[in-house]
Amino acid sequence: MNLTLKIWRQKGANDKGKIVDYPITEVSPDMSFLEMLDVLNQELIEKGEEPVAFDHDCREGICGSCSMFVNGQAHGPDSMVTVCQLHMRSFKDGDTIFIEPWRATAFPVIKDLIVDRSAFDRIQQAGGFISVNTSGNTQDANAIPIDKHDADTAFDAATCIGCGACVASCKNSSAMLFVSAKVSQFALLPQGKVEATDRVLNMVKQMDDEGFGNCTNTGACEVECPKGISLENIARMNREYLSASLKG
Amino acid sequence: MALDSKIPQGPIADKWTNHKNKINLVNPANKRLIDVIIVGTGLAGGSAAATLAELGYNVKAFCFQDSPRRAHSIAAQGGINAAKNYQGDGDSTYRLFYDTVKGGDYRSRESNVHRLAEVSTNIIDQCVAQGVPFARDYGGLLDNRSFGGVLVSRTFYAKGQTGQQLLLGAYSAMNRQIGRGKIKMHTRHEMLDVVIVDGKARGIIARNLVTGEIERHSAHAVVLGTGGYGNAFYLSTYAMGSNVTAAWKAHKRGAYFANPCYTQIHPTCIPVSGDHQSKLTLMSESLRNDGRIWVPKHKKDVEAIRDGSLKPTQLAEDDRDYYLERRYPAFGNLVPRDVASRAAKERCDAGYGVNKTGEAVYLDFASAFMRYGKEQAHVKGLDEDDAILIRKLGQEIVKNKYGNLFQMYEKIVDQNPYETPMMIYPAVHYTMGGIWVDYNLMTTVPGLYAIGEANFSDHGANRLGASALMQGLADGYFVLPYTIGDYLADDIRTGPISIDSKEFDEAEKSATEIIDKLVNNNGTHSVDYFHKKLGKIMWNKCGMARNEKDLKEAITEIAELREEFWKDVKIPGEANEYNEELAKAGRVADFLELGELFAKDALVREESAGGHFRDEYQTPEGEAMRRKEFQFVSAWEFKGEPKDAVLHKEDLVYENIEVKERSYK
Amino acid sequence: MSGILNSSIGRKFAMALSALFLMVFLLQHFSINILSVFSPDIFNDVSHFMGTFWVIQYLLQPVLILGVVFHFVMGFVLEIKNNKARQISYAKNNGGANSSWMSRNMIWSGLAILGFMGLHFYDFWFPEISIKFIDGDMSGLIDPNNAESGYRYLEHLQHKFVDGWRVVLYVISFVFLALHLLHGFNSAFQSVGANNKYTKGLIGFGKVYAIGIPLGFIFIALFHFFNH
Repeated sequence: MNLTLKIWRQKGANDKGKIVDYPITEVSPDMSFLEMLDVLNQELIEKGEEPVAFDHDCREGICGSCSMFVNGQAHGPDSMVTVCQLHMRSFKDGDTIFIEPWRATAFPVIKDLIVDRSAFDRIQQAGGFISVNTSGNTQDANAIPIDKHDADTAFDAATCIGCGACVASCKNSSAMLFVSAKVSQFALLPQGKVEATDRVLNMVKQMDDEGFGNCTNTGACEVECPKGISLENIARMNREYLSASLKG
Repeated sequence: MALDSKIPQGPIADKWTNHKNKINLVNPANKRLIDVIIVGTGLAGGSAAATLAELGYNVKAFCFQDSPRRAHSIAAQGGINAAKNYQGDGDSTYRLFYDTVKGGDYRSRESNVHRLAEVSTNIIDQCVAQGVPFARDYGGLLDNRSFGGVLVSRTFYAKGQTGQQLLLGAYSAMNRQIGRGKIKMHTRHEMLDVVIVDGKARGIIARNLVTGEIERHSAHAVVLGTGGYGNAFYLSTYAMGSNVTAAWKAHKRGAYFANPCYTQIHPTCIPVSGDHQSKLTLMSESLRNDGRIWVPKHKKDVEAIRDGSLKPTQLAEDDRDYYLERRYPAFGNLVPRDVASRAAKERCDAGYGVNKTGEAVYLDFASAFMRYGKEQAHVKGLDEDDAILIRKLGQEIVKNKYGNLFQMYEKIVDQNPYETPMMIYPAVHYTMGGIWVDYNLMTTVPGLYAIGEANFSDHGANRLGASALMQGLADGYFVLPYTIGDYLADDIRTGPISIDSKEFDEAEKSATEIIDKLVNNNGTHSVDYFHKKLGKIMWNKCGMARNEKDLKEAITEIAELREEFWKDVKIPGEANEYNEELAKAGRVADFLELGELFAKDALVREESAGGHFRDEYQTPEGEAMRRKEFQFVSAWEFKGEPKDAVLHKEDLVYENIEVKERSYK
Repeated sequence: MSGILNSSIGRKFAMALSALFLMVFLLQHFSINILSVFSPDIFNDVSHFMGTFWVIQYLLQPVLILGVVFHFVMGFVLEIKNNKARQISYAKNNGGANSSWMSRNMIWSGLAILGFMGLHFYDFWFPEISIKFIDGDMSGLIDPNNAESGYRYLEHLQHKFVDGWRVVLYVISFVFLALHLLHGFNSAFQSVGANNKYTKGLIGFGKVYAIGIPLGFIFIALFHFFNH
């Protein structure tokens, strides 16, 4: 099939960017979206132009590197997939496809479609951990039984891949789904409860300092999350935060 | 230089404990004076960085990804082994040790593997304490499953995301130390060279991938946790960025490279769909528990299936060749990875491949549907002769077991695996070879360490399922943090290492020269063009089955391709900006050298063992033939060109395990 | 607890609390207004009580005004902050694929309600305050000098719904109110952390409330327009 791509091109963090049109032909429906971009890039290189820069690594939907707003949606039109798992059969001949980077003040563009998501790392550094040194014998792994339901819910929260689709989809660029997933994972586990108060206060403070917006419960994040992280986590974080504020 | 593996004396079960008791320690006040560089932040690098920082060392960590959380350890699905014996099924440290050595086809070092088995239980305790959400049963205790070819259930798992959850555990431990300022994290940085001062590894040259700046970083020791080199094959289950550059540069600076030819080719991956393919996706090995592997018996049916006039479901049972069941009646579809992969290749090479590229076999669940369905119908008291009902009931059971995998398959291939058999083909998945290390995980360069998949030590010629995660974390959490102290104890009075020495000048100059050469080359072909070509050579001539003629051709062809690459590669853009093509070019340049050594190693190893199969060395039934005279580790010393590399042998001594023949008939 | 309004979650919580309070008020307001359809006398009596009882006038009314003002001001503050969190917008944004129109346009439905409140205050609250506190007439009678003239509340109400343009404005405003509530009702519960096994039921109830109450107000307005 033949397509028209409208891709955001921006040379560097301090340059102005713009949407540039690229026609592309003979796209196979079996290609992944990123492979389609590979083909475009090979053509650009052969022509002596600079290829489109985008983040990608594992190409199997788990590393969370890929980050593109495709036709107005994070990771494109399919649900529960990252853009590396999106296949061209989701489009039809003659389509025009907009490809833009995540848009958020807290995620500045580095080049073309690549943004700087280190804000997420800093939020985790503020408290997204359990303070335990490596000794290997803190206690036996089976010393504390954990309710299966809690363990499963903690796991579901822990499946977040940190891609940033929640921020990109949110009209407010809020990072609440991301932060709440980590807060929830630890809040649900007995190991994590000890530090729960400081954790949620510190992580939320860091989140706010990074310049993410406020959550207005539109639910866009949950719909666009490639791992289906639930809004329940945000509600849990709200509760955790309020009770932590009352304590602190 | 003679290889000294520094294996401690004494009975195998006491070696590690005695060694830990005797090695030098650095006191806490002095640790503050010591810097350690860690390159790569996957399971091995991440866990080592966190642990060393907890101990008090100043850690400088580097990764090429935008966050340590994205290292490719994240993609491991199945699980992590540990000899906890929570299931009470007779597991023990010895059994895990034994299974790992046997699974590695008797090509790994006994002492290292035993240590791995010993610390495996600590890993689980540590990860649970960190909040890793392992699967639990209804009693709230940890659940286990069994994995490829062992007789006990010792695999801990977190659904199909064990690697991700363990990596996030290590990442959170790192974050705690980054927050404390004990780890200085450098993301989007690629190591270009290791700097040797007075014979010791004292720093690295790194390129900031965002700005293109070349940076010097010094430390008292350098640790490489940079993963495997399977991307030499271009198509693999590795991440796009996985590369050999750090390991290769270390090799060129004096670290011996061990067993480069030991590659694991995983039998159940989604086949290549066309030339555009950039990456292969693994389907969990567990599918072989219920799927039956086959190709058509007759060529005419193969043709009909390929042109679409015949559906695989229409082919009569008698016209199908369940070749694994035919060749290996005892193990059937559950033969080890290397055996299953070779058998698939054999059928496809003979012209029986079932997709348009001729490189796919069927993995069919139809009989599992019926078997489970019948069982269900019996349990529920329904009509056991109603084939449609039974099929439906059976599909439900299979959906519960493998639903997410079936869904992933459908997303990628656009075929419903409940209605038509899956197509699979082997793909490069893991490299057992790597930088040679001694018992302390130190390379042949003093102060330079290699951990995780980057070293060679624990898996011999073939890795068992769920052992990669175990080894990465064992090295990073529980081995390196002890053994590195022994070396660093001599450095407490050294003081900060200067980055202004002539050694740093020289290393930076050599890194810059390569970059300048690449960006100014003005060739005609992109990096991928050469990478794909290399991949084809590797796959066709150094792949699942190798022979002398192919390997010799591969050596010549790779050398020629390398020459062509340097003449004709085209890199758009500048050196001083974000330039992915430039980064890729540097990596491919190193693959083009490694590939040659790989082929050379395979050529020298005149036997078949684990992932290394030589056509010339097989039993009359076509099975791998190990040879006693090759019971050694090949450690290669760099001498200017890959072809000039000098072989050093570390003899493998088995005192605790009897070396036997593997048979799956 | 101090400085809680400086955090995103604190602001969100405060927004939700004020919203919950306003929704309770709305229900109460509606309950009284609907009386005007069924029983002019009871309506007048209750209105008089509400308009003169000191607890309501001097305690609850200021709280209510504070709540309204807070809700609006915070709404604007959040909107400004949220706009700052994304300075470059998407060339193409398919918001409808992942969220409701209502949830993405709370500021516009809110502004419509604010506009309506201007009109509503002009119609009812200012005259009421002016009679009571400027003229000093606390009697609630149509003719303060004639005890037999009856309460003025219903008459005042009916009088306002004579003009067709006003009724149309009221109806449009109530549609915006419904849109605002359709997202706001459940959003408030989510914000205070109530997302659990009852949420599904609550979402249903929220829809009934969000459509039912404004529809009821529309009914009252039309009733008086047509029955005058």
